[in-house]
Amino acid sequence: MRISIASGKGGTGKTLVATSLALSLMDQPRPVQLLDCDVEEPNAHIFFKMKQAGSQKVFLPIPKVDYDQCQYCGKCVEVCQFNAIALMKRTLVIFPDVCHSCGGCWYLCPTEALQPTPREVGAVGISQSGSFTLVSGTLKLGTHISPPVIKAVRAKEDPDSIVIIDGPPGSSCPVMTIVDGTDYCILVTEPTPFGLNDLVLAVEMLQVLGIACGVVINRDVPENDIIDRYCEDKGLPILLRIPLKTEIARAYAKGITLVESDPHWKPKFLELYQRVVREVAQ
Amino acid sequence: MRVAVSASGQTQLDELNPRLGRCEYFVIVDDVSGETWAIENTGRLSTGAAGIATATLLHNHQVDVVITGNVGPNAFTALEAAEIKVYTGTKGKVQDLLEQYRNGNLSKASGPNVGPHGS
Repeated sequence: MRISIASGKGGTGKTLVATSLALSLMDQPRPVQLLDCDVEEPNAHIFFKMKQAGSQKVFLPIPKVDYDQCQYCGKCVEVCQFNAIALMKRTLVIFPDVCHSCGGCWYLCPTEALQPTPREVGAVGISQSGSFTLVSGTLKLGTHISPPVIKAVRAKEDPDSIVIIDGPPGSSCPVMTIVDGTDYCILVTEPTPFGLNDLVLAVEMLQVLGIACGVVINRDVPENDIIDRYCEDKGLPILLRIPLKTEIARAYAKGITLVESDPHWKPKFLELYQRVVREVAQ
Repeated sequence: MRVAVSASGQTQLDELNPRLGRCEYFVIVDDVSGETWAIENTGRLSTGAAGIATATLLHNHQVDVVITGNVGPNAFTALEAAEIKVYTGTKGKVQDLLEQYRNGNLSKASGPNVGPHGS
């Protein structure tokens, strides 16, 4: 079972839901993996005081020029769709932060003057405690293409585990990379026009990708039905409501998960998981 | 020597467009022949790294000096490799900036004056 957690809008509580969901499943017979794929700002590790067992660097290939072979034909410049190579006088200028590692330049260079060389783009850290594993991805400072690091985190997915993937906000490539191939996506939102606006974008993205989803309303207030009306209209299940409460925010701000600060949430998260299992089975 | 000014129009009476990679035109003046003409900045149509595409365009038009407002790190690196000198102004008509350049009143950029714009 692979469950992704997305939101559209940032700061709605994806990590709050992901961490408590993972902790509520500790008694399940299957091991639990929490993948922190919010690689630009990974923070799930703050809630689990675990020692990192290992870390692996993530590399992407970028072109390197051998001037003894280069004939200054400009084929590589013509091929590059990202302007990552410029031919200026007798210099081939390569811009690593613009390169998307497509490989077009070194495949099509007529003299094999361009060769792929590894560029570090991030790291993947693994922490383990009993049957629980936390895998965190970190994008290297100055790098701005996150999907390769997200994919490196997801390469650690264990098919026999319950895999929970905490993703970044938005609805573009990084989020598509975290929801891709998952059995279900939990969308965490808040009852504000901003929460709704970005929720709509995320739902539309999931529909294109054909991934089933349901909604968790965080910071819920009884008199506000802005999200309820949308979900009813779209036939989306509301899986859980987390009320707007100072106590929840206060504990969370100290790095304490919801289920640890208030254990009566544990059965609710377990029910959330069982609901997702039922939704997937349908 | 060819001097190009990033502009919003095609003549010396048009305003400077301070965005190097996204300006509409470059008004080019040839110091020796005194000729003036404009080229469209096709680099601005790039989805990303417009500054690099723009620098390549200026290089292809054998420009020696570019006058603009803002130059980012990638564009600066590309212009440096092309041996194109960068002078920065803030605002005014193309003719005013050319005048300031000739009088030595524009500062030569020794590095990018804005951060990366993303790509």
